[in-house]
Amino acid sequence: MTFLQATCLVVVALLGTLVVFTRDPLRQAAVTGIFGLGLAALFLAVQAPDVALSQIAIGAIVVPVLVLLAMAKIREHDE
Amino acid sequence: MRSFLALAALGVLGAVLVVAVTGLEPFGHYPGPYGDVLAKVVPDERHTGQLVAATVFDYRAFDTLGEEMILFAAVCGCAALLRVLRSEHEEGEGAPARPVPSFAARAMGAALVGPVMVLGAYVVVHGHLTPGGGFSGGVVVAGALLLAYAGGQGLRLRRVGSITLLEGTEALGAAGFLALALAGLIAAGTLLKNFLALGTSGMLLSAGTIPVGNVAVGLEVAGAVALVFAEFLEQALLEDPE
Amino acid sequence: MSLLAYLVAVWLFVVGIYGVVTSRHLVHLVMCLSVAQASTYVLLLGIGYRKGGQAPIFGDIPTSTPVVDPVVQALALTDVVVGATVSALLLALAVQAHKRFGSVDPDELNALRG
Repeated sequence: MTFLQATCLVVVALLGTLVVFTRDPLRQAAVTGIFGLGLAALFLAVQAPDVALSQIAIGAIVVPVLVLLAMAKIREHDE
Repeated sequence: MRSFLALAALGVLGAVLVVAVTGLEPFGHYPGPYGDVLAKVVPDERHTGQLVAATVFDYRAFDTLGEEMILFAAVCGCAALLRVLRSEHEEGEGAPARPVPSFAARAMGAALVGPVMVLGAYVVVHGHLTPGGGFSGGVVVAGALLLAYAGGQGLRLRRVGSITLLEGTEALGAAGFLALALAGLIAAGTLLKNFLALGTSGMLLSAGTIPVGNVAVGLEVAGAVALVFAEFLEQALLEDPE
Repeated sequence: MSLLAYLVAVWLFVVGIYGVVTSRHLVHLVMCLSVAQASTYVLLLGIGYRKGGQAPIFGDIPTSTPVVDPVVQALALTDVVVGATVSALLLALAVQAHKRFGSVDPDELNALRG
């Protein structure tokens, strides 16, 4: 296992823990975006460019935007 | 209390999983035969070097068909959930109290929508030559729609025509993939068989039905993700009548 | 050390499930579920990796170079996109639940309450 792969794995584990323990959904959306990018780096390090491309597009664009839109709808009802 | 129970149960599960995982081959010692078989066989049989695309759209195309249907069903569910609420909020086109994006955001959004769409189309169409393919490229094309929203043009999504266009694109993609499967059955006797001419490896029109499958999946994924965006945006942009 | 990839996958799974079980907000729950899903990608790609292998695309490398397994990459590739769409469905459910019950706390969504 190369040093790069080991570093990416440890970073992904840390970011995953951070995602779970960030309770506020808005902050969690940002951390989820970073977690997605960390995963994409890991996928590149294990020679999987297709999966990394999909993960970058999904994890950094689709998931945070959907969470923010859902939160906008939920917050609007709270006011 | 629940936290303590969860920790105990997950501790047991984690221990069991760790014991299970020690039975796997060490990281880096890939033992299985299928990867080697594919690496040996695919460049000659399908005239393409993209093994992942060949696996997704040819050798394991049946799984992709199932995944397409999961995607379709999930987006149908999303649209159904978010559409029931639309009839409650049928008011006029009042201007919502949203801040107008800055000139820089609007300019960049407008300037980038076209290139991002072209990039997405490029990734989709070259799926059998380079990394990417229908799934990644479709999401990039849907991202172009999001850029249009970030650039301040999002209000245009309220017109029903846009939603119908997105639904049509998604349905066309799903139906296209199914039609491809059935065409394989009709033309060559096996569902999802690669029956088109194989061409020369490295050319755009090669590898038979793999580029066609890529385009169908790209259409569906782009339509699906853009439709989900549009539904959520429509919900977030509508004002509460109270 | 050679088990690090699999241990990270197990850790992500356990942490994600812990987040789902102890969540007090439906949107937070959906993101913890996505962490648990990510553990399956890490496990799959970890199984398929071959030491010294290249990416399984013979664009400009000779067809005799050792490559990593393409089958698990195919599985992970479709899984990433479809998993995000299912997350979108769950978020739509959360929005609808908030509309119906006025709260996004999973403990308070008890429709069978008398």
